[in-house]
Amino acid sequence: MSDNATYQHRLRRRHMASRIFAGICLLSTWFGLFVLVVLLTGLTLKATGIWDPTGPDTQLETRNWLTMTFLTEHMSRKPEQSGMIAGVWGSLWLMLMTGFFSIPIGVGAAVYLEEYSKPNRFTRFIRLNIANLAGVPSIVFGILGLTVFSRMFGLFADGAVRGIPLGIGVLYIPLPFGKTLLSGSLTLSLLILPIVIIASQEALRSVPQSIRHAALALGATKWQTIWHQVLPASLPGIMTGVILALSRAIGETAPLIVIGAATYIRFNPGGMERVTDYFTTPQTLLSVPSSQFTAMPLQIYEWVSHQPNPEFKNVAAAAIVVLLAILLLMNGLAVYIRHHFSKRLDW
Amino acid sequence: MELKTFENLVRNRPQGSPAENGEKEKPVKAPTKVETKNLDFFYGPLQALFNISMSMPERSVTALIGPSGCGKSTYLRTLNRMNDIVEGTTLTGEVLVDSESIYDPRVDVVELRKKVGMVFQKSNPFPKSIFDNIAFGPRIGGMRNKSQLEEIVVRSLQQAALWDEVKDRLNSSALALSGGQQQRLCIARTLATSPEVILMDEPASALDPASTSRIEDLIFELKKDYTIIIVTHNMQQAARVSDFTAFFFQGRLIEFGATESLFTTPKEKQTEDYITGRFG
Repeated sequence: MSDNATYQHRLRRRHMASRIFAGICLLSTWFGLFVLVVLLTGLTLKATGIWDPTGPDTQLETRNWLTMTFLTEHMSRKPEQSGMIAGVWGSLWLMLMTGFFSIPIGVGAAVYLEEYSKPNRFTRFIRLNIANLAGVPSIVFGILGLTVFSRMFGLFADGAVRGIPLGIGVLYIPLPFGKTLLSGSLTLSLLILPIVIIASQEALRSVPQSIRHAALALGATKWQTIWHQVLPASLPGIMTGVILALSRAIGETAPLIVIGAATYIRFNPGGMERVTDYFTTPQTLLSVPSSQFTAMPLQIYEWVSHQPNPEFKNVAAAAIVVLLAILLLMNGLAVYIRHHFSKRLDW
Repeated sequence: MELKTFENLVRNRPQGSPAENGEKEKPVKAPTKVETKNLDFFYGPLQALFNISMSMPERSVTALIGPSGCGKSTYLRTLNRMNDIVEGTTLTGEVLVDSESIYDPRVDVVELRKKVGMVFQKSNPFPKSIFDNIAFGPRIGGMRNKSQLEEIVVRSLQQAALWDEVKDRLNSSALALSGGQQQRLCIARTLATSPEVILMDEPASALDPASTSRIEDLIFELKKDYTIIIVTHNMQQAARVSDFTAFFFQGRLIEFGATESLFTTPKEKQTEDYITGRFG
């Protein structure tokens, strides 16, 4: 009888512990959400001029900064005429070119490490170093990018070599790359490569071994097995990793500042001022990589820190809302892609 | 110098039957399709197979039986060199398909596996449509002609007795099929590469009795055209489907002979103990 009473007592305590644990987990979830909601509503209220969470300043004009012209205009010395179009285009190009460089190299490295390399001391060394690289501060990558891409160790400092001609008109890729989109995207590629490689490795590892065996037993070569079966099956995982890495890249400020990217600029990459320019003068596309640029986080940095007029703080808030909206869009895309491609992949 | 492919080796093979080696009994007169001579196999330092010599005739079903870990699956995988994938394995002795050593350095393993197909224990369809699953083998072989591919897909599915169940949904995912259907799909996929030998590693062990019986009927049909070697845990299955049975124990071939005589009058004590259920 007393055995049963002890058991009942313990059972109640076990149930209690279970509920407490669930409560702690719920609180942790709400904490993250709470921070995000405070950030988003605070910024949106400040950007739209409804309410200033940092305290009302009667000297400032109360107005909505988050307007359509803010998205279509260039930066200006006057806060009410400021816009972030150059940063939006700059960030888009930066993302596109970073993806162009980092996806093939990152996926290629992951395929080698997972599918071809034999587990020995050398490959273990490489794996360890990739994991370490993922933890290197972004400003260090910025310094690396400055030395290697922007200045190219000073090799072409004498100006004897103008650059690599592209064969169309007077277009050429400058040497060294300087403060161009090329330098920026290569630097960001270095920064996200470890993330892309590790995410791709995980995705490749999640493809069951039986798929590889099935393909090999049908007389497929190793390359055919990887290209036709393993890579398609791991695509959702790779894409998710790449998109998350790229959304980290478009939020990066420090490495771009270090390589000397402009924080205040009044033209779009390649001088494409209208979307139609991309169709009417497609040859100028070739001048985009060697164009100077700015990016959204650089503009925010400029508006927060350099501009003397306090109203620029509100402009910065508006820019942050736009940046977060684009990030949210990208992460939503990542979720959609994962869901869409993995529907058929239910092992 | 021209790289000799497996097909070339086969085409140029000497006429006439291979020399009798007399080490093991030759239970039939049908020409030998697959043969191993003094086969030893190692996983690293661990020896998994000891001096296996046996020969399997053309268009017959040979069942490999024995308790878990006896080496029957390992033996099966040496026949299409799937063990090559495993790191640190070594093999001595000979494996002959159509009297040609398949471990000869001149043999292209890709062509060998096209000729010696394999069906695995757990069905492993590709996460693609039924059509693409079957067409994969011919496609990687370079076939692009759509009507030819369609013809192969239809024929393979018919041969695997799956056509009637899937003919209306060739473009839906293979993963939506039931376990038994998936396994027959895997057999159809193997048939599509026109193999001559089909290795089956416990193809029905994960299936319900009805599906198992369908697979067994299928094996019976297929042996008219193919040489089939099947690993099974199920002795009734071995007795039902096979012409010859090999009993493996602790990496050694204990007894090999016509299924009927092995099950009714086993020569070895260990065989008798195993098939009467005294161990294993």
